[in-house]
Amino acid sequence: MNGTALAVFVALFVLVTVLGFVASRWRRANLDDLNEWGLGGRRFGTIVTWFLLGGDLYTAYTFVAVPAFVFGAGALGFFAMPYTVITYPFVFVVMPRLWSVSHKHGYVTAADFVRGRFDSGALALAVAVTGILATMPYIALQLVGIQVVLAAMGIEGDLPLLLAFGILAIYTYQSGLRAPALIAVVKDAIIYVTVIAAVLIIPAHLGGYGAVFAAVPHDKLILAPKQMSAYATLALGSALALFLYPHSVTGVLSSSGRAVIRRNTALLPAYSFLLGLIALLGYMAIAAKVSTSPAHAAGFARYGFNYAVPALFLDSFPSWFAGFAFAAIAIGALVPAAIMSIAAANLFTRNVYKEFLRPGCTAREESRVAKLASLIVKFGALAFILGLEKQYAIALQLLGGVWILQTFPAIVLGLYTRRLHRWALLAGWGAGMATGTWMGWTTSFKGAVYALHLGSHVLPAYTALWALIVNLVVAVAGSALLGAMRVSPGKDATEAADYGE
Amino acid sequence: MRLRLRRAGRRHLWYLLLLVPFVGTLWVPFYDDAEPRVAGIPYFYWYQFLWIPLGALLTAIVYFATREPREPGR
Repeated sequence: MNGTALAVFVALFVLVTVLGFVASRWRRANLDDLNEWGLGGRRFGTIVTWFLLGGDLYTAYTFVAVPAFVFGAGALGFFAMPYTVITYPFVFVVMPRLWSVSHKHGYVTAADFVRGRFDSGALALAVAVTGILATMPYIALQLVGIQVVLAAMGIEGDLPLLLAFGILAIYTYQSGLRAPALIAVVKDAIIYVTVIAAVLIIPAHLGGYGAVFAAVPHDKLILAPKQMSAYATLALGSALALFLYPHSVTGVLSSSGRAVIRRNTALLPAYSFLLGLIALLGYMAIAAKVSTSPAHAAGFARYGFNYAVPALFLDSFPSWFAGFAFAAIAIGALVPAAIMSIAAANLFTRNVYKEFLRPGCTAREESRVAKLASLIVKFGALAFILGLEKQYAIALQLLGGVWILQTFPAIVLGLYTRRLHRWALLAGWGAGMATGTWMGWTTSFKGAVYALHLGSHVLPAYTALWALIVNLVVAVAGSALLGAMRVSPGKDATEAADYGE
Repeated sequence: MRLRLRRAGRRHLWYLLLLVPFVGTLWVPFYDDAEPRVAGIPYFYWYQFLWIPLGALLTAIVYFATREPREPGR
């Protein structure tokens, strides 16, 4: 066991735990109201939103998995770069509209908006269920991030993980979105210090960046021509999907205004730069030959390429700083896990419980149900990771990305047009979900790329985009058909001025 | 009314700038090469890194050009 590293790690963990509980008194308000518990009262300004969204989107799993992907697959793993470059211009245009209409009508989730816009509880249920399904394995993977760094410090067994997650569950229950918002500030500070130290110190050990890239086999260094379409579509599909995830929507809606969102799209790329540097850690791990070191054999056997970064840190840093870096990853897991569970709880409460089980329940009951749901979601994820093979969580998270993009027509197109019919949107969603799942099944859920054969042509692309195309065709054709049959499109609760432009 | 529409239309022209990062990063043949290297870093990598500040800059330009004077929020 690595005593020094562990001591630093535990000290930082205690610090954020205290912050998590103190958060309930921050900008004090009635936490028995879902607006306060689940959206922090929609009062977060530019800086808090920057930390919150940064902590929310760039998760511990990202920090472990992206370099692991680069370590294993080379250039293809870099699709995270174009992905984060193009997601923000898209968000700049689209998300202020969602904020405005949600502010006007008190929507807490994207499914609330769909409910109001299309007058359909069923379509809203589809959006909510998709969100919850996509979020659960994502939370589970945050735990993998914690597991890997605990293992790197020589901590075995499930108890420490259980303890960390138990504490997280309690302060999220008590403080709601305020807890991850406050912790995100600390988390980001130590992540930035870690990454900046890593990209300065490690290449110096290895003989500079030239030497790092020279150690990478040439076929990994750039993309093969047949990988290009996969690379571009993975980037585009992921960029369109990112802000459909419930935890992203929660981050957007908790901000105090449209300008906060718009400003943040120009400021959040600072994290993208960080992510690019983190991706390079995969190559540094190759250059440092961590996978051939006997000291790391057990870690690689158990955690695969995900062990590359922890191994690199152990080899390159003094143990106190390794502990600091591991704390960055573990705390980096707590922030998104908290926000994701809150977002999933909001969806369950608003679009399942209140819509179908207890219409007209009080605000107090609504908030209580959400708090309980956040506990259930977290322990569900925990049971998942302890009870099942990690591979299932990874496969489900990949599939989750495919699924969540199928809510694009109802949410994003819905922000611009009412021309699509509610039942056609529902049918399109079903067709997209089925197509994406079937394509995933044909590749044994191992990758997210499906090669379409058109005669003698083969076009590999991100499954989510193929599924979205099917989804859109069904939605558009179905809308034309239902329109011609004069099936009622329902009553739109919103009007053009609500979207704020 | 017509004046307001026209002003909104002009504002939306700025949004076209936001398409530039999509073209620059999604057309992979632009950058799928190891050469030229800069300080040992292959072209494929520094080109994509460059797009991060460029994308942020373009977004900032559009933000200032289309600022909503009475929008709520700080």
